[in-house]
Amino acid sequence: MNLFEFSEEQNMLRDMVREFVNEEVKPVAGQIDENEEIPQDLIKKIGEVGLFGTVFPEEYGGGGFGEVGYCIAQEEMARGCLSTATMIGAHMSIGTNAIFLGGTEELKQKYLPKLCSGEMLGAFGLTEATAGSDSFNVRTRAEQDGDDWILNGEKLWITNGGIADVVSVFARTERGVTAFAVETKWDGYHAGPKEKKMGIRGSATNAITFDNVRVPGENMIGPNGRGFLIAMKTLDAGRLGLGACCVGAAKELIELSTQYAKERKQFDEPISHFQAVQFMLAEMWAITYAMESIVYRTAVDYDAGKKIATQSAAVKYLCSEGLDKVVDMAVQIHGGMGYSRELPIERMYRDSRINRIFEGTNEIQKLVISHDVLRRNGAWNV
Amino acid sequence: MNIFVCVSHVPDTTTKVQVGEDGKSIDPSGVTWILNPYDEYAVEAALQLKEAREGEVTVVCFGPDAVKETIRKGLAMGADKGLHIKSDQPRDSFGTAKALAETLKDREADVIFCGRQSIDYDGWQMAGLLGEMLDLPSVTVASKLEIKEDGSIEAEREIEGGMETVVSKLPAVISAQKGLNDPRYPKLQGIMQAKRKPIEDVEPSPYKNRVEVLEMSKPPVKSAGKIVGEGPDAVKELVKLLHEEAKVI
Ligand SMILES: Cc1cc2nc3c(=O)[nH]c(=O)nc-3n(C[C@H](O)[C@H](O)[C@H](O)COP(=O)(O)OP(=O)(O)OC[C@H]3O[C@@H](n4cnc5c(N)ncnc54)[C@H](O)[C@@H]3O)c2cc1C
Repeated sequence: MNLFEFSEEQNMLRDMVREFVNEEVKPVAGQIDENEEIPQDLIKKIGEVGLFGTVFPEEYGGGGFGEVGYCIAQEEMARGCLSTATMIGAHMSIGTNAIFLGGTEELKQKYLPKLCSGEMLGAFGLTEATAGSDSFNVRTRAEQDGDDWILNGEKLWITNGGIADVVSVFARTERGVTAFAVETKWDGYHAGPKEKKMGIRGSATNAITFDNVRVPGENMIGPNGRGFLIAMKTLDAGRLGLGACCVGAAKELIELSTQYAKERKQFDEPISHFQAVQFMLAEMWAITYAMESIVYRTAVDYDAGKKIATQSAAVKYLCSEGLDKVVDMAVQIHGGMGYSRELPIERMYRDSRINRIFEGTNEIQKLVISHDVLRRNGAWNV
Repeated sequence: MNIFVCVSHVPDTTTKVQVGEDGKSIDPSGVTWILNPYDEYAVEAALQLKEAREGEVTVVCFGPDAVKETIRKGLAMGADKGLHIKSDQPRDSFGTAKALAETLKDREADVIFCGRQSIDYDGWQMAGLLGEMLDLPSVTVASKLEIKEDGSIEAEREIEGGMETVVSKLPAVISAQKGLNDPRYPKLQGIMQAKRKPIEDVEPSPYKNRVEVLEMSKPPVKSAGKIVGEGPDAVKELVKLLHEEAKVI
């Protein structure tokens, strides 16, 4: 079996997203960064072509492309704009996916079609002041009131927090961490101002607060007290998508850098004739090849129903470090132009850095991997 | 309304095309194939017409099995069915038109769309040949098109140095020019549905090419450009060289 033979549909998906990104996203990517906002009409177009539901089955209004297709689409999106890819990822791969993986059939029917079509936008609300890396330590409370639940608390750093319609929120009940699908239009939901960030500035990141938000019982995602498991399963998939974004950005940087190296002349020669530059390109390519390989290998396994928690932690960790190396070399090859806001390289350099932090810092990924390695060898008792 | 779109399966515009070993055909190795860009306008026009009226859009392609992929691109954009005229033997324009015409003649087409030209062999002949063979009016290189309820057609055509407005009546053959519309992206659901939509296979009657390709070659490599100077001072030298060396003025 050849793992990397994409199907005709997968190739068609890639072609479509690439064309979409070239025509609709790349021309505004600089503006998205400057204005710190993704234009509404771009969000609308993304919904129209179906890119808010790529991963989910067709019966819920999704594209039916699974994780491999989702990775292809995110890879292409991240070539143009990591802010936009992050907005889509938070919506689909973690926000909506929590409902898909944990929700009852009724809950899925209630939200998935609208979330897949882009009529509604999703978000994922786990992180709090006390629950960053220690994500189990959430303090947002959910108290039962008849059939409903009353939410109180605050979440930090929530991607799409200010623009989403539905947030998958992780709160504490008497039985432990429990997930709820919370509509942002409900009374008591507030989003704070957008965080001022180094990169992915177009992606809205907000603190959100729940002030006696009344959530109907049917909106509980999965059983009471089982929310943390849902969060972790959701993040397994999210981390693959993150890896795919890194692959896309890295491929774009190789293309831009190769082009630049061929055109830029110093000492009467294109800089591509200098071995120092050639070696940077070689490293960039080799790193990206490895990144691409682990992303799709793991995505194929995920679609086949295999457990990939450790693997996706490795994907997240290696791809985010890989992209940081690649983007650093891309800046170097471009010299002063790499530092200028005239070219996308500078933005991509700032955008890259977040990947080592969100969806669990790389230190936490190493924790996950090492625990598994030790456990498998009988040396760890957890 | 019964709408047909004739499409062709061509090398991607970014592919570096090489001449094959026989010296008279394109080397297919390493080529990625796409739906002919002008045919995208034709598919879009067909879909818009279907959406404005009731109807069905069928994508038609002549060629080997590989062209099914291109038919499915049309289906992914939203066409309803495919029609594959199977042949492993490449044909000249007349032969291709003949295969299309004999397949379409009894299918009661209201409109047959195609692109103004196929970017592989650049014949620019299909709409004209099809119109003649099917005894239908053909409106070629349409950059603006209106098909009214009563079946009358008004189209703008690009002609050398200007525009021409023509009227005609359905049934007709119409070839699409760039600018006719803004072809849609295939939606994700469309891509998935494409494989489930029916493609009918038909065999063309035999044909012997009337035009034979003897040789195919790449254009001669351009010699390097020359910068004769900068600013207004260079004009004199430039004019002199254009006159004496290039002999164009
Ligand atoms: C732009 C952006 C978007 C985000 N989007 C979302 C979102 O949509 N939803 C959401 O829920 N969250 C989101 N987050 C939150 C993100 O997941 C957290 O920031 C991240 O998990 C780290 O938590 P923290 O910031 O509290 O860092 P801390 O946990 O305080 O970590 C600080 C440092 O200590 C290290 N550290 C902590 N514990 C350990 C340990 N046990 N062993 C070794 N090292 C350790 C960390 O690795 C890090 O280097 C987002 C964050 C950002 C910046």
